[in-house]
Amino acid sequence: MDHAAGRPVDPRAIEAMIPYMKDSYGNPSSLHAFGQEAKNAMEEARSKIADLVKAGKKEAIVFTSNATESNNLAVKGVANRYKDRGNRILTSSIEHMSVVNSVKYLTTKGFEAIFLSVDKSGLLDLGCLEKELTDKTILVSVVYANGEIGTIEPIKEISKIVHSKNAILHVDATAACGHIPIDVKSEGIDLLTISSNDMYGPRGVGALYVKEGIRVEPLLHGGGQERGLRPGTENVAGIVGFGKAAEIAEEEMQAESARLTKLRDMLIDNLLKPIPYSFLNGHATRRLPDNVSVRYSFIEGESMLLSLDMMGVYASSGSACTAKTLEPSHVLLALGLKHEEAHGSLMFTLGRQNTEEDVHYAASLMPDIVKRLRMMSPLTPKELKM
Amino acid sequence: MYTEKVMEHFKNPRNVGEIPDADGVGTVGNPVCGDLMTIYIKVKDNRLTDIKFKTFGCGSAIATSSMITELAKGKTLEEALKITRANVADSLGGLPPIKMHCSNLAADALHAAIEDYYKKHKGEEVRKQ
Repeated sequence: MDHAAGRPVDPRAIEAMIPYMKDSYGNPSSLHAFGQEAKNAMEEARSKIADLVKAGKKEAIVFTSNATESNNLAVKGVANRYKDRGNRILTSSIEHMSVVNSVKYLTTKGFEAIFLSVDKSGLLDLGCLEKELTDKTILVSVVYANGEIGTIEPIKEISKIVHSKNAILHVDATAACGHIPIDVKSEGIDLLTISSNDMYGPRGVGALYVKEGIRVEPLLHGGGQERGLRPGTENVAGIVGFGKAAEIAEEEMQAESARLTKLRDMLIDNLLKPIPYSFLNGHATRRLPDNVSVRYSFIEGESMLLSLDMMGVYASSGSACTAKTLEPSHVLLALGLKHEEAHGSLMFTLGRQNTEEDVHYAASLMPDIVKRLRMMSPLTPKELKM
Repeated sequence: MYTEKVMEHFKNPRNVGEIPDADGVGTVGNPVCGDLMTIYIKVKDNRLTDIKFKTFGCGSAIATSSMITELAKGKTLEEALKITRANVADSLGGLPPIKMHCSNLAADALHAAIEDYYKKHKGEEVRKQ
């Protein structure tokens, strides 16, 4: 139940990919029929991804190697292209590290970065956005829905504010795309990061939607593939699998998101109700269908994960103890949680294989796990002790 | 990530709890950093006759706490003071590098508990001599 960390590739996507590794391995840049066969398959995939986000023209989709690259290309590419207009970049305080570190990198190159605050449920502070949005602002980069806490941002309202000052809006839809409907046109999105693996496509491929008329400076320089925005021989098999995954996501989204939303709410209820001093992270209703993020006081996340792991349940935590750094998740801290509260967080991301039985099983383990760890913890208040 | 020995101590930690009439108590770490441990000791004739711990923290914080209680129990205070962080990690078959500093505080907690004992019982020691 840790799908945000990695998803299996849909078997139908794998099937679609195989011919482009075995037989039709042509280079889409070749003019001969063999190359054109690969090119056609790639363009078909591009159309499917364009359809999924209602992009209209398929040419607006640029293939990259993953969502991290898409975020880098969007943030650095726009900043570098429009630096004559201004040097101010706004982003939220709950972005993925690929946005955070791209923006931080730009501050070493003369750009000014503002990290906008969010409320305790993770919604962007629109007043703060309006206040910080100056004539010098060239780019605003906001997550569609944060993968750790699941909160879905009011993109349409954000877009109206951003465009009132003629700034460009980049939206990172890594965790959202393929799970909830996205319409780049009606929501007013200029650039959109799309991940393949997050919608059960293969890893090693991603995409960036770039609205017609928006200019982006490439990160790589080479042979002119992807309209020069992302040169390098295309990962045709990966792209075909990504396209198939997008097609499946579009077909199955409505039914799957309804199913997951039901499981999600069931899991949240069962994780919180039987256990005192337990809380939900993120928004109760404006939430990705697959995201469950909770926290328990007086205990630490990694010891919860290990305990679940021993019982065959895989989850995740925003605790520093599970990270490569010694800091707890910046996303949880941005919600106003104290360090010790963030350490006690536990996250489940549900997926296609998860059933009601899985949800009940995982939740049924928690009271004993929490009780055992609380008995060991010096922070547990006396009245909680059994 | 963790050795079998670490997981074994995490699953079945030894000597968890408090000693209400402890002769020495040592607390190290900080919940802000994600690790906090308290060690309680009973001392008789310069030996650790009982030792218990309470720990908030990750798997290695719990395992190192458990391990130090095993290493220290029955030892003289001088012997116990010689137990190092490295001894604890070695006894567990090693710890992941990132955990060596943040979650390997058990030796410090034990030493703090012994210091606390010395502080409280200074007068008695002098009288005995």
